[in-house]
Amino acid sequence: MTLMHDAPAERPADAVPAPATLTMAQALNRALSDALATDPSVVVFGEDVGPLGGVFRITDGLTARFGEDRCFDTPLAEAGIVGTAVGMAMNGMRPVVEMQFDAFAYPAFEQIVDHVAKMGNRTKGRMRLPLVVRIPYAGGIGGVEHHSDSSEAYYVHTPGLTVVSPTTPQDAYGLLRAAIAHPDPVIFLEPKKLYWATGEVDVQAPLPEIGRARVAREGTDATLIAYGPSVPVALAAAEAAAEEGRSLGVIDLRSLVPFDDETVCTAVRATGRAVVIAEAPGFASMAAEIAARVSERCFHHLLAPVRRVTGFDTPFAPPKLEKFYLPDVDRVLDAVDALQWEDA
Amino acid sequence: MHADDLLPGDTPVGLIDQEGASHPDDRHRMPTADTLLDGYRQLVLARRINDQADALVRQGRLAVYPSSHGQEACEVAAAMVLGEQDWLFPTYRDTVAVIARGVDPFEAFVLLRGDWHSGYDPHEHYVAPQSTPLATQLLHAVGFAHAARMRGEDIVVLALCGDGATSEGDFHEALNFAAVFHLPVVFLVQNNGYAISVPLRRQTAAPSLAHKGIGYGMRGRLVDGNDLAALLAVLGEAVAEARDGGGPTLVEALTYRMKSHTNADDATRYRTDDEVEPWRARDPLLRLRTWLTAEGALTPGDDAEAHAHAERVAADLRSAIMTDAEPRPDDLFAHVYASPTPQLREQAAQLAAERAAAQEATR
Repeated sequence: MTLMHDAPAERPADAVPAPATLTMAQALNRALSDALATDPSVVVFGEDVGPLGGVFRITDGLTARFGEDRCFDTPLAEAGIVGTAVGMAMNGMRPVVEMQFDAFAYPAFEQIVDHVAKMGNRTKGRMRLPLVVRIPYAGGIGGVEHHSDSSEAYYVHTPGLTVVSPTTPQDAYGLLRAAIAHPDPVIFLEPKKLYWATGEVDVQAPLPEIGRARVAREGTDATLIAYGPSVPVALAAAEAAAEEGRSLGVIDLRSLVPFDDETVCTAVRATGRAVVIAEAPGFASMAAEIAARVSERCFHHLLAPVRRVTGFDTPFAPPKLEKFYLPDVDRVLDAVDALQWEDA
Repeated sequence: MHADDLLPGDTPVGLIDQEGASHPDDRHRMPTADTLLDGYRQLVLARRINDQADALVRQGRLAVYPSSHGQEACEVAAAMVLGEQDWLFPTYRDTVAVIARGVDPFEAFVLLRGDWHSGYDPHEHYVAPQSTPLATQLLHAVGFAHAARMRGEDIVVLALCGDGATSEGDFHEALNFAAVFHLPVVFLVQNNGYAISVPLRRQTAAPSLAHKGIGYGMRGRLVDGNDLAALLAVLGEAVAEARDGGGPTLVEALTYRMKSHTNADDATRYRTDDEVEPWRARDPLLRLRTWLTAEGALTPGDDAEAHAHAERVAADLRSAIMTDAEPRPDDLFAHVYASPTPQLREQAAQLAAERAAAQEATR
């Protein structure tokens, strides 16, 4: 399969490290390693996460360093992985499990919706489940069918789940550490096309607060709202627009649930125009929810209807048609052009 | 382990037959008369609670009740074989097992009363919340046992399910994980013949459900589910094996669901009285009373006291359930997350405002 990547994961150093340039994959590996080293209740398991280090190498070296009690392979059964993680979390552990690909997580859906999401509520907080389900998700790597789904809507629609997605290696490290320390279950969506993107990571930096968006770029004319794999597209669109004299701000949501209405609405009220960008099909989607929330809360500040740039309402495209499916810079700029500038 | 050791016997293990006569079996130790007397008292209580719950449904005091009438020996045995720190993972039909484990009867009925989705603290009596989705709790039991081993806890986990649940994927995954990781879990399948209306023959073509164990490299045991003595023996052996590092066991208990699936079901649509009738004679209480009486371990006075105690518990349950303590609407929002999201705080405020306005309007 073309999806395998042999990027060497950095073995965590024992000394206090200086900020380093890491790929997102390395940053995630570092977060898991640091969590395993500092909290004996953390345990990592899934399919191929042991000696192989995961098909994306996110768990590279963890079994060798921490032993197979702390990072191990399971039978090939996603409901089993998530269901046993529930039981472990009921008994004081903090499991971090890997679903190998977005579409391979669906056998675990019953466990996620019926138990992961509801145990804390069912027991009135007497039995919370501090577990993390890591899911490599979305497109952009030329994956064959069932390797590129944008499955976030299923999770964000389920009360009780916290859903986050990083865009930078720094946030990948910080959000994963925050997710593992979180008292509630977290669906951790990893944009797989960004696994090999690099950035500076300071493991000493304060952990991001789950539920807070990040202003990725300031702008005064319109606000692009994106998350996960769509943030680099938004930033590239903002850069291109700047060359044409238009100032676009970019919000990186980071946390889909809880949703940061405050940061989003502050930005949109200032610019009066908004475009939401997401890879998933737009119908009944996270993008639809964002557009509705912004319209309800910022109506009197809006100079144009909120627009969405999303994937088409089709199953994810085969590799050779992917470029037609995914939101790109031109499609974002077309949407920005349609924000009724002539009325201003 | 030799494959033959994993297979159940051709006939279910039985130590006391339906006439109340002993059938010594040198492979399984007969529980003491004292233990069985204690068990009998618990059977009487379990039966009384089942009947009380049916009455409360008819009176509109419970939303629904999936009765374990006829299966009380399985329910009581599951609780009796566990040590204090061992854990029980029950289903929706196991309310009396939950009570036998020590949970307050009213708290055990909060789910069925419709006040909340579970009413007891799992940590107080080492009982997981009752699971409604089938077989899902088996995986929780397995994960719980896995964590216990990592934490150095010397505990056994007993997980309950019914015959229908053995067709679910999670049943397969749970048994497989438990066997692969060699975990201290006992799976007790109460084969009561029906999944709502669907009979066992539509669930499996296996010689018995206990035969499924060998497919996982796990001991499978078949036992008369209406014989408390046999259940205590077989489950006790499985618990001891698990505690001694011998790994998991699958136990199938042959029993019968004497009532409909719930009060909302009508069993006459899919089974005949001719089928039900023989099971009345196999009742778990009758045979044990006969046996204990013949052993001289149960006097008429003991029996009367067992029933009087059950009556007192039922009366307390009745009066607790009749007391209409309204559940708090705020609870809808309070426990979804450890700390409510800003959106949930807004929605809680909205509901509070609506209720305040409604109260104002009726003043």
